[in-house]
Amino acid sequence: MASGDVWILGIKMTKFGKHPEIDSVGLAAEAARAALADGGVSMRDMGVLAAGNLMGGGALGQQLQKQIGQTGIPVYNVANACATGATALRTVVMAIKSGEVDMGLAVGVEKLSGAGLLGVGGAKKQGDTWEPSGRQGAIMGLDGRVNTDNMPGTFAQIGMEYGHKYGGVSFELFARISEKNHSHSTLNPLAAYTKAMSVDEIMNDIMIAYPNTRPMCSANCDGAAAAVLVSDEKLKTLSDEQRKRAVRIKASVLTTDPYEVGCQVLPNVNTLTRNAAKQAYEAAGVGPEDLDLVELHDCFATAELVHYDNLMLCGEGNAVDFFSSGAAHRTGSTPVNVSGGLQSKGHPIAATGIANVWEICHHLRGEAGDRQIEGAKVGLAHVIGLGSACGVHILEKAAA
Amino acid sequence: MTTTDTAARIPLVDYLALEPEPHLVAQECTKCGARYFDHRDACAGCFEADFRSVDVPTDGQVTAFTIVSYAPPGVEAPFVAAIVDCGGTPVRANLVDVEPNPEKVSLGMKVRLVTHSLGTDSAGTEAVGFGFAPA
Repeated sequence: MASGDVWILGIKMTKFGKHPEIDSVGLAAEAARAALADGGVSMRDMGVLAAGNLMGGGALGQQLQKQIGQTGIPVYNVANACATGATALRTVVMAIKSGEVDMGLAVGVEKLSGAGLLGVGGAKKQGDTWEPSGRQGAIMGLDGRVNTDNMPGTFAQIGMEYGHKYGGVSFELFARISEKNHSHSTLNPLAAYTKAMSVDEIMNDIMIAYPNTRPMCSANCDGAAAAVLVSDEKLKTLSDEQRKRAVRIKASVLTTDPYEVGCQVLPNVNTLTRNAAKQAYEAAGVGPEDLDLVELHDCFATAELVHYDNLMLCGEGNAVDFFSSGAAHRTGSTPVNVSGGLQSKGHPIAATGIANVWEICHHLRGEAGDRQIEGAKVGLAHVIGLGSACGVHILEKAAA
Repeated sequence: MTTTDTAARIPLVDYLALEPEPHLVAQECTKCGARYFDHRDACAGCFEADFRSVDVPTDGQVTAFTIVSYAPPGVEAPFVAAIVDCGGTPVRANLVDVEPNPEKVSLGMKVRLVTHSLGTDSAGTEAVGFGFAPA
């Protein structure tokens, strides 16, 4: 073990779906206590807590402590759109790398069942006389008058833009990406939806924002995920069993979008992802060809396509060919979203960036049951929060 | 007739100029040339804070689009949202005078800026919106 590495000691996600009987703090507590138990440690061992809950009041960490253990440790309540979970994880990584603590807990939770469209600006109320306001001097709401403020339409344009640049995209192609993820989730008992859907069913479902129909959009649901991280030094003092199941964080990267022409017109989710991937591959000393599985941020079917390219799973401009070859299927050369992805496993926003790391760890530990990717040694988890923030974690199985 | 007719119009956003012919006006960084459509504190590209107003060409090409079928209350759907490249300046807009149907809209299609009325307030001022129509 090289000194300075940070490891995942314990990690857990709750069942994603509807949890009407339990509040956000309760869901976070379930995930946190399960992650602590998975790592064979307690709140007494934690030196720091990072907590994310985008729809809550911004004090999840303290609320959680009051339910599962108040030990006086620092809490960082973090928010970074859909990259909130990855940001919580990275906060604990930085605390451990700084040498201030040797163990910490990262938690993300969201209750989103029935939340409907997200990112809604909505129309402004019209006053008696027109009154310009805001940074564009708008006299009324711009959503629907100047493009769309909503996520399905924004990410639809991102996928179509890729098509304009490189060609080869179609409604059916995007539907086939979604079919893959819905088929993958049939093997994931923790997924919000576990029903396979045919390409026809997907294309004929309710249209949200062409070419994204409802099953091609991330599924709003409730869920939480939590991870216990430990320093290299501390891990050496723990039991054989703990060391054997520990997963090494080979790279933990967070980026935002650098200025480029047009990036304030249509969000550019490409460059910051490519930058994060480059930094992560370099830090980890691995390349895309070494990945046994990838969980990437398929918030919409149109987004999954561009991220094949951004994460360099294929050559530049070759995402359509990459997908069409079957490479991203669980039986392919680079299985992508074997959990079912955000479209089928679900997307409780702040939980997602830890839940995707849990999925990778599950395979690296050889504990993924029916959906196990045999012999998985290295995996990558990617999230993107629009606005934008991108988190990439590369994880490696512990040496025997 | 009074002479207030020409004054009784207001653009949807202040980067839409109605005279002499409707066009969009970008704030261009005098140092690096980055173009913006909002009130700026500084340039996100080079961090300088000196801008000049520049007219954006009214002809363009669709580089991305979606047809929004499902929108929040108060937003009329379906509508076509698009990114239009106007001579190297990307612009957010709706496509208008075209059926919101994937058969009728295509990547690369040529479009031009048009304006339309968005109603009149109690003072009789007409709000003017913009979109891009097939050229």
